[in-house]
Amino acid sequence: MSETMITTATVAAQATTHHEEHGHHHESFISKYIFSMDHKTIGKQFLITGIVWAIVGGLFSVLFRLQLGYPDKTFPILETFFGQWAKGGQIQPEFYYGLVTMHGTVLVFFVLTAGLSGTFANILIPLQIGARDMASPFLNMLSYWFFFLASVVMMSSIFVNTGPASGGWTMYPPLSALKQAGDGQKIGTDLWLVSMALFIVSSLLGGLNYISTILNMRTKGMSMTRMPLTIWAVFFTAILGVLSFPVLLSGAILLLFDRNLGTSFYLSDIVINGEVLPNEGGSAILYQHLFWFLGHPEVYIILLPAMGMVSEILSVNSRKPIFGYMAMLGSLFAIAILAFLVWAHHMFVTGLNPFLGSVFVLLTLLIAVPSAIKVFNWLTTLWRGNIRFTPGALFAIGFVSLFISGGLTGIFLGNSTIDIHLHDTMFVVAHFHIVMGVASFFGMFAGVYHWFPKMFGRYLNNTMAYIHFWVTMIGAYLIYWPMHYQGLAGVPRRYLDKSGWVNFNNFRDLDQMITIVTIVVFAAQLLFVFNFFYSIYKGRKVRSQNPWGANTLEWTTPINPGHGNWEGDIPEVHRWPYDYAKDGREFIPQTEPVGANESKH
Amino acid sequence: MQTFFILAILVLVFVIILQISKASEYVSQIKGYENARKQSNRINGFMLLGFLIFGLIGVYLCNEWLKDRILGEPASDHGELVDQMLYVTLAITSIVFICTQVALFWFAYKYQESDHRKAYYYPHNNRLELIWTVIPAIALSVLVGFGIFYWFKITGPAPKDAMVVEVVGKQFGWEFRYPGADGVLGKKYFKKVDAVTGNPAGQLWEDPANHDDVFVEQEMHLVVGKPVQLVIGAKDVIHDVGLVHFRMKMDAVPGTPTTMWFTPKFTTKEMKEKTGNKDFVYELSCDQMCGKGHWSMRGTIVVETQEEFDAWMASKKPQYLVANPDKDLTAKKDSASVALPMTTAVAKN
Repeated sequence: MSETMITTATVAAQATTHHEEHGHHHESFISKYIFSMDHKTIGKQFLITGIVWAIVGGLFSVLFRLQLGYPDKTFPILETFFGQWAKGGQIQPEFYYGLVTMHGTVLVFFVLTAGLSGTFANILIPLQIGARDMASPFLNMLSYWFFFLASVVMMSSIFVNTGPASGGWTMYPPLSALKQAGDGQKIGTDLWLVSMALFIVSSLLGGLNYISTILNMRTKGMSMTRMPLTIWAVFFTAILGVLSFPVLLSGAILLLFDRNLGTSFYLSDIVINGEVLPNEGGSAILYQHLFWFLGHPEVYIILLPAMGMVSEILSVNSRKPIFGYMAMLGSLFAIAILAFLVWAHHMFVTGLNPFLGSVFVLLTLLIAVPSAIKVFNWLTTLWRGNIRFTPGALFAIGFVSLFISGGLTGIFLGNSTIDIHLHDTMFVVAHFHIVMGVASFFGMFAGVYHWFPKMFGRYLNNTMAYIHFWVTMIGAYLIYWPMHYQGLAGVPRRYLDKSGWVNFNNFRDLDQMITIVTIVVFAAQLLFVFNFFYSIYKGRKVRSQNPWGANTLEWTTPINPGHGNWEGDIPEVHRWPYDYAKDGREFIPQTEPVGANESKH
Repeated sequence: MQTFFILAILVLVFVIILQISKASEYVSQIKGYENARKQSNRINGFMLLGFLIFGLIGVYLCNEWLKDRILGEPASDHGELVDQMLYVTLAITSIVFICTQVALFWFAYKYQESDHRKAYYYPHNNRLELIWTVIPAIALSVLVGFGIFYWFKITGPAPKDAMVVEVVGKQFGWEFRYPGADGVLGKKYFKKVDAVTGNPAGQLWEDPANHDDVFVEQEMHLVVGKPVQLVIGAKDVIHDVGLVHFRMKMDAVPGTPTTMWFTPKFTTKEMKEKTGNKDFVYELSCDQMCGKGHWSMRGTIVVETQEEFDAWMASKKPQYLVANPDKDLTAKKDSASVALPMTTAVAKN
């Protein structure tokens, strides 16, 4: 029904009426910017909230890196800010573990899950499949506000007297189940669990919406195999989330019960500080199964959208089709399936049945095959291209480099024999920060640089973007590459001071180097944040509808699309999105009908 | 003051970058965006190539810098298998790493935008796809095969003649129990744990197998060349028995006992010579986040000859006698040598 209505409305909006008017419904400030149901605004809300969280999470890592690099130095300024948590200018153990836990939780869930797929699924799905909005804009709005609520609860836990949860982002019981186990296990952990429950609701609402939108609301001619790989990636991401997050929810709820209602799901045979607890018959390992049944797919929930965006951005900027579209799609599918079948590789040394362990070794190393296919296809996409190094393209190339480096160390850890030695050492920290943390961040940055003109109608400043890229790229390798050596020497994770150890204490110079680089890299991220907000208002204006010369549908919308995305009819799609360099033409948009003499591929 | 200077420098650098960025925006406005873009494209192309070259040199230098700090020779039979697997994997992944990274950055540099080149329309090639599906699959099968073979060797049942030691983690330390002459660990029940009455392990005294079990804290003694099976548990939260030199690791889970076994190859004395570190000790680290003292949860292990071990064991009194001094017949005969533990036990009672 609303086809004509929205048409007239967007035309009206386009006619420079500053106050946008939608037919007969007025958009107030609140309905346009706060409780908005426009997928583009919701995407920006996710992005900006994600940026705020990334600053918080990154700052935490700077704080605990200070402790790691300079365990015997004092920083009086810390006491000024954090009082008892940094008594005498030294980060106290409880505070350290709170920082580590919050850093992990915030970056994994709030930044790289909500901030990444929340942003790009929302902005790109309707724009790239040719829909006016999500299947359910209202649920979409709720998805953001549940995330916001989760953020408020998590943030508040940082300010309670006993401090935030400090049991590590995996929150293993019994440590997380016993209030006697430490300060961080008091109210902070309850707030963490409540916040995660809200977050899961948000993620499910968002995910269901993405899936139904992709399945039902594609424009005419947009068959599934004509979708850009970004959409396929967020599609698989959403399915992973919908199938695995409920399991974490159940795990978290049972943990809340154990904490507050005296149940014994995870507790058995416990004597803590001389106090004998009555619980018997629970299994602490049960939680790990529930957690990692989400936790491993979660890795791919973080990584797949980055892969999708990198595929798209590399293709656009090499001016060349993505190599092996169907293989890319097949490998995404294979990764999504295998993601559910490898969770116990996080548990090789929990006393898991060795036979079961061997099955998980096989399945885990199997993931390397589709991953390798993706890497080779990206390389071939670059081969004989005509590559433009836009900031987005640089971050995409950086992503591939990091994905190779971090993926290869995964082959060490996925092999249970080697994992015995490397499990829970700094090697693991280096591995997952490269492959899941930094690589996904690179995918996210690539996406922001590439679609910023679509989001805000302006460009980001290129000089700042290039400085941001090079500092981050060099810094990431300087931080994490040598860290593997610490892991090979067996230095355990989460050790805030190694001076009491004979065998772990010979990396002082390395730790200091890493800390200094961390601070520099963090500063480079602040530069990005500045560039982001500065360019929203002051950036160079986009003057062309299709600034990158891309084929996908989002570039057929007006430079500043209103609610409803297209003036007039939604465009019809006639071809796949990767017809670059075909028949001597630089690019052929998806909306162009296939010509009579066009060559087939 | 130093922090203040660092902050000041950071702010200054920030301001400079902002000014340069603004200026470059104006410059490109004057020169024309297309020209500016092409120039920065060339610069970034060179930087990508430079990153590859300096990156690979950096990888080499990093190895030179740190290679002596990773652990030397493994100190257990299982450790040899782990290291062997590690080096095989390292060899294969290094080849892949160098080939793919070189290809990535070289292609990026070589095929950077040029007015003289047109991109090549190359959407797919089934044979290539097949090749790079099959080759990784074969390489990984080799790794999986070796990995599982070693894994079963390491996790297989302990030899019959293995000595047994119980290891229990608690916030934040380690407890050990030796089965004594009968070679059997007596039964225990967590509700009997009571350090005050001399029963920190929760042993059931009615089980006669408990009567000769020896309880010690923080330091474990093992015999060189003799397989040892650790029976691992935890009192409060999950800990992890990490033995870096033996390349062994196993979680300590409250309520669910776990085990692992290995054979120490070198005594502590031999390791002191091998490492050239006269302070060398085998350390037992907690590798699973267990609370605020996690980082300091350290135990030590002494690996010694059978004679030294026997002498050490003979100096220990079974916990049963510590907890029940009235049963201690030797103490009455030879009160001088064991007077101290007896009186403390009595005092606690």
